[in-house]
Amino acid sequence: MATAAAGDKLRDLYRHTVLDHSRHPRNFRRIEGASREATGHNPLCGDKVSVYLQLSGERIVDAAFEAAGCAICLASASLMTGLVASQQVATALRQVDEFKARFAAGAAAPADPADPLGALATVREYPSRIRCATLPWETLRAALAGSSATVSTE
Amino acid sequence: MSADGRTAAAAPLDVERIRCDFPILHQQINGHRLAYLDNAASYQRPQAVIDAIAHYYAHDHANVHRGVHTLSHRATDAYEGARDKVLRFINAASRREVIFTRGTTESINLVAGSLGQRLGAGDEILITHLEHHSNIVPWQLLCERSGAVLKVVPINERGELLLDRYFDLIGPRTRLVSVTQVSNALGTVTPLATMIAAARERGIPILVDGAQGVAHQPVDVQALGCDFYAFSGHKMCGPTGIGVLWAREELLATLPPWQGGGDMIQTVSFSGSTWNDLPYRFEAGTPNIAGAVGLAAAIDYLSAIGMEAIAEHELALLRHAEDRLAGIAGLRLIGTAAHKVSVASFDVAGIHPHDLGTVLDHLGVAIRAGHHCAMPVMEFFGLPGTARASFAFYNTREDIDQLVDAIHQAVGMFR
Repeated sequence: MATAAAGDKLRDLYRHTVLDHSRHPRNFRRIEGASREATGHNPLCGDKVSVYLQLSGERIVDAAFEAAGCAICLASASLMTGLVASQQVATALRQVDEFKARFAAGAAAPADPADPLGALATVREYPSRIRCATLPWETLRAALAGSSATVSTE
Repeated sequence: MSADGRTAAAAPLDVERIRCDFPILHQQINGHRLAYLDNAASYQRPQAVIDAIAHYYAHDHANVHRGVHTLSHRATDAYEGARDKVLRFINAASRREVIFTRGTTESINLVAGSLGQRLGAGDEILITHLEHHSNIVPWQLLCERSGAVLKVVPINERGELLLDRYFDLIGPRTRLVSVTQVSNALGTVTPLATMIAAARERGIPILVDGAQGVAHQPVDVQALGCDFYAFSGHKMCGPTGIGVLWAREELLATLPPWQGGGDMIQTVSFSGSTWNDLPYRFEAGTPNIAGAVGLAAAIDYLSAIGMEAIAEHELALLRHAEDRLAGIAGLRLIGTAAHKVSVASFDVAGIHPHDLGTVLDHLGVAIRAGHHCAMPVMEFFGLPGTARASFAFYNTREDIDQLVDAIHQAVGMFR
């Protein structure tokens, strides 16, 4: 029945992992004296994300964020900072591209049940919400690039 | 009903019969009955409007004002007939005062581009904190061009204008006042009578942004006493891409053209051109003829129902909505002005408006979530955005009950 299917889809979008990370975001703090930081803004909904990185050479030794945003945005930033901490800058940049590619038209749905970002997979079915998920990643890219300008999803 | 489209005492609306006129309302969204509560963003259209546009294109279309053939005559009659409908709907004194535009935004830009040519450094434009971006940004652009200064009348925590501040700010350098009739984000009805009287006493032209006002009560521009009145077709059951700028003729006659092109000229030569009469001087290029035809059909439709009856029904809906929303723990109404139209803007603790909007959509309820193109209003309340339910005459208590049930479900999910 359509109603049940719509309800399932909704529970899929706001699945436990997303709600948990939005209620209790990990790495939600400012890194004082961070090697890199950048701020992103989604003018459509007012979401704002600041990403802080501590680098040691080409390695990210700490990643954190502060944000005012919706559940999708907070969960995405929380999962992202957990994933890129301890990674090489080049790896993190590749992960930004891979994450963005998930939402490109015609992209295949992730099949790996162990995919740490699988919780955000359903967002691709909500075109108006994709930018909520990608804003933290765009901001991470700007921070990695050492750009101090505010990035915008517009 | 009297000649000006008003009823003496409004009879209650037969909403179920009215809803039959709107084919779009009769569909399921995500498996649920559609409750369309995003009317402040755009109204839906009755079949009569859809039919009028289809009939025009199927039978009467050609370019206006230039052909000698039958279809051009018919198209011109339809377009100019629409102008007469607008004239009666807002009680303009003359058809020379009714300019068709793409919508409220273009109407305001027209005034900024025309009257704005007279402004210079140090001149002041006075707007309010309640304005939609379309009544802020054109003036900012004009200020950049001219060196004029934008002044803003502040609001209080209920979302009402501070009239005493208006009287402080309107001064010897004020060249124009531009104020909304109704706040799109909060539903506040502004004290136009007082504001217009003060501007006129000082000989300052005043523009009223009627985008959110025109569909909610009868509008009589002569009784209002303003100098400009701007509104959009799509916020009153008409098509998108058509709107009106009404301007007092004696003022309009002194204003320079805004856009140049065909239809706005009398003669063109390389040594110079002469301008057409009003209102054509301000309608360069082939206009949105079908849009005007659709707008005329919307005016007929609304007039047949009666604007007083519409206003009463919508206020009853607003009262019902505010009563029911007040019963939701953690829900805070944003905008509690004493005088409002049927807009309920709110914040639900612990749920971002966009998440709420997505959950509500899943349950068939269409609302707006975000800043409503009124970022300064959101900033005032310290919010990134709100959820906004806005009611039209075709909405019912059932729509509101569906909204309230959906919010309860969202609260259950997120808390």
